[in-house]
Amino acid sequence: MQKTYYDPADLKKFGKISEWNEELGAKFFDYYGKVFEEGALTEREKSLIALAVSHTIQCPYCIDAYTGDGLQRGITKEEMMEALHVAAAIRGGASLVHGVQMMNKVNKLDM
Amino acid sequence: MIKSLHKRKSELAQSNKQLEILSNGIFQKGELPTFKDKIFETGQFPLKAKKLEILQINVGYMCNQVCSHCHVDAGPDRKEIMTRDTMSQCLEVIKNTGAHTLDLTGGAPEMNPNFRWFVEEASKAGIKDFIVRSNLTIITANKKYNDLPEFFKKYNVHVASSMPHWTKGKTDKQRGDGVFNASIKALKMLNAVGYGMPNSNLRLDLVYNPSGAFLPGNQKSLEKDFKKSLLEEFNIQFHNLFAITNLPISRFLDYLIASENYEDYMYSLVEAYNPSAVANVMCTNTLSISWDGYLFDCDFNQMLELPVNSKVKHISDYNEDLLEGRNIVISQHCYGCTAGAGSSCQGSVA
Repeated sequence: MQKTYYDPADLKKFGKISEWNEELGAKFFDYYGKVFEEGALTEREKSLIALAVSHTIQCPYCIDAYTGDGLQRGITKEEMMEALHVAAAIRGGASLVHGVQMMNKVNKLDM
Repeated sequence: MIKSLHKRKSELAQSNKQLEILSNGIFQKGELPTFKDKIFETGQFPLKAKKLEILQINVGYMCNQVCSHCHVDAGPDRKEIMTRDTMSQCLEVIKNTGAHTLDLTGGAPEMNPNFRWFVEEASKAGIKDFIVRSNLTIITANKKYNDLPEFFKKYNVHVASSMPHWTKGKTDKQRGDGVFNASIKALKMLNAVGYGMPNSNLRLDLVYNPSGAFLPGNQKSLEKDFKKSLLEEFNIQFHNLFAITNLPISRFLDYLIASENYEDYMYSLVEAYNPSAVANVMCTNTLSISWDGYLFDCDFNQMLELPVNSKVKHISDYNEDLLEGRNIVISQHCYGCTAGAGSSCQGSVA
């Protein structure tokens, strides 16, 4: 029996998700493909956003995929790490900003 | 500076050892289809040679650099070098063949003592596109090479220069400390005589290989990023970028095995197999000549010591009729030229 929840080999099988619901799977991958096409943002910028988001949602498949994608696009490790700090700052900030609620509550309840 | 596999007496310096790795393991176990099976599946076996268009001559394995991915296993410790006699035999073929492109490679081709003589003689032969594959740093390595940009200009040589990235870190990691700064200096020297400038007929193209176990991204996008960075940061211009996939042979194979990336890399290549790239792979219209005059379908087959499948084996016996239509010799490394947008010495092919 497999001893971990995540298997790197499963990333290659992502496309097979469509097998049990071809219509919705096709719609998703069509949408996914369009999202990453060059638009107002370059494909390179989108790849860095995807890498940062991958860390925020803690998706190991996505981290592997967009680290590889970034290397293929010539994105440097320094750029990748900066993107990651943006994700970390937002994630940390999201916790911290709730401190205002805590402060409001304390101010209301405390004499 | 690292040493060549030959100097290190690595078992991977032997082509039969490399071919054994490429034939056994995941391919023998049937986890991945062999290249032969794959092209058979898409109706493209046997792969046939078309009319000769490009004559690629490897004038020697000697090089001033020891790049970590080098498929030639070139370096300062490699002494194999083409003689003037063999060059003369090549010149006879150049004069009598229909090939429109002559592609000189190495090692650093400029290090062959007869390089300039050969360029002068070959340029008289009416070749339309005369390419020299320069590693750039040779231009700055020694005073005797400093005038190469002017020399190239005199014979209207098309310069194709290695450049793995627009940043120092990634470039030096693949090609050795100091390579980036020396390459920038050399590119400025080439620009100064007119190479790579917009509307200039002095062609300067850059050749990009990924600096690790991954495939090259979109050639046009990479070219855009290279152009933007080199222009903004160094005021350097060039014409086109050729993106080339690293083939799993020689030092790159050694790296793949040592870094435990070999199987994953082969999976990536097979997964990215593109049947439409097969029709235009370089071996179909190219002939590769080794430093000692033997004939191969491509530079990679040359390094794997897989000679052409023809009665003609050496430049001294050259016969276009006997070579045309020959079955091209293949192995699993050929997946490298047919992955994604395809890969050749001129970059993407699909």
